[in-house]
Amino acid sequence: MRYHTPTSFADAAAIAAGASGTLRFLAGGTDVLVQMRAGMVQPDDLIDLKHIPGVDKIERTAEGGWRIGVAVPGIVLGGHADLVRDWPGVVEGMNLVGSTQVQGRATLAGNLCNGSPAADSVPGLIAAGATVTVTGPNGSRDLPVEQVPAGPGKTNLAKGEVISAITLPPRGKNGGDAYLRFIPRTEMDIAVVGCAVSLRLDGDKVVEARVALGAVAPTVLLSEACARAIIGTTLDDAALGALAKAAEGEAKPISDKRGTKEFRIAVAGVLARRAAKIAYDRAKGLKA
Amino acid sequence: MSKIHVTTTVNGDPVEFLADPRETLLDALRNQLDLTGTKEGCGTGDCGACSVTVDGTLVCSCLMLAAEANGKRVETIEGMAKEALHPLQRKFIEHAALQCGFCTPGILVAAKALLERNPDPTDTEVRYWLAGNLCRCTGYDKIIRAVQDAAAEMRQEHRGAA
Repeated sequence: MRYHTPTSFADAAAIAAGASGTLRFLAGGTDVLVQMRAGMVQPDDLIDLKHIPGVDKIERTAEGGWRIGVAVPGIVLGGHADLVRDWPGVVEGMNLVGSTQVQGRATLAGNLCNGSPAADSVPGLIAAGATVTVTGPNGSRDLPVEQVPAGPGKTNLAKGEVISAITLPPRGKNGGDAYLRFIPRTEMDIAVVGCAVSLRLDGDKVVEARVALGAVAPTVLLSEACARAIIGTTLDDAALGALAKAAEGEAKPISDKRGTKEFRIAVAGVLARRAAKIAYDRAKGLKA
Repeated sequence: MSKIHVTTTVNGDPVEFLADPRETLLDALRNQLDLTGTKEGCGTGDCGACSVTVDGTLVCSCLMLAAEANGKRVETIEGMAKEALHPLQRKFIEHAALQCGFCTPGILVAAKALLERNPDPTDTEVRYWLAGNLCRCTGYDKIIRAVQDAAAEMRQEHRGAA
């Protein structure tokens, strides 16, 4: 295995584009090293992205959003008070991944590229309208986070392409987001279902909403039907009921050892209601 | 396969060694530097027996390549006792917060990292912070009591010194 430490994303993309065997990018490594140890993946080339300037930075964008480097670990996101104030749902999703030790290494970009439909940080990013910058041999392009996963363990990135930054839009006024997941214990487990909601209010009325569901389909889903169920409402009981029904309708889960199909569908509705209420309260400034 | 020259600081001492590109920091600590206090439990980041800090951040050394430690500051269980045992080590003995002891180095390193960030944690905060350190013997209660007792003593010492 060749271990590369490029100092620019252009160089990283060039190494990746020229590689003929198995290739992995290394950010936090909390998935890659496990896969290497298990023998699932034996990279011929491993490209460590942490020598590229800026990958450990969280910066305000000119528009008032946030640009997050690909090697920023969960514990740093959780400790960034301004980011947490703007996007608590994004950060709480990432902070649910693994233990304190894993939080010391694991990254948003890695959680996204690992391609798990149950990835805890991905619904929050999608609900937030986050985008990623993808750098390849022919330059960079931006794409919405929901277009990155292609299926379990697979992304839509082409050979030689690497995520070079994650961008969150400006939170703006009267907005709130939240992420909830169901696991049968309180910590250190993989989501049976996850749901993130981001919304904006005008007075008491929801005027914008994005709802993402995790672990109920081959990829994390962005649900238009769920958003439609609450836009234009004050998130009253009727709206919450419609949201739950929409979430149940969107969920297309499988049955596995973590939960049955029927259970996951029911839980998708429950979590959508609860996450929407938390996001609504946060938009109102009612709780942190 | 060409080896990677790694220069790093372990418990304050500068060290250098040649690492296989696939070698984990855990294996380098144990097999190259003879620091066998850091244990391998699962090797996949689930059990926390291999906990160390790297530039002050708590990590699983099994989930990090030795090559990634180049230029970093690594702290292991061997660096915890200075002239005397660290209060956490003493309280773990007093409370008998261990049985087989295999998980203990990782738990001590993790608990020390917690108390540096949060000198007065609640029991719940201790339990969540240590959720990635598995102990198959004690049932955890004595571990939590030992951490809290050490934290109380360290707060007292800090007040005394201030």
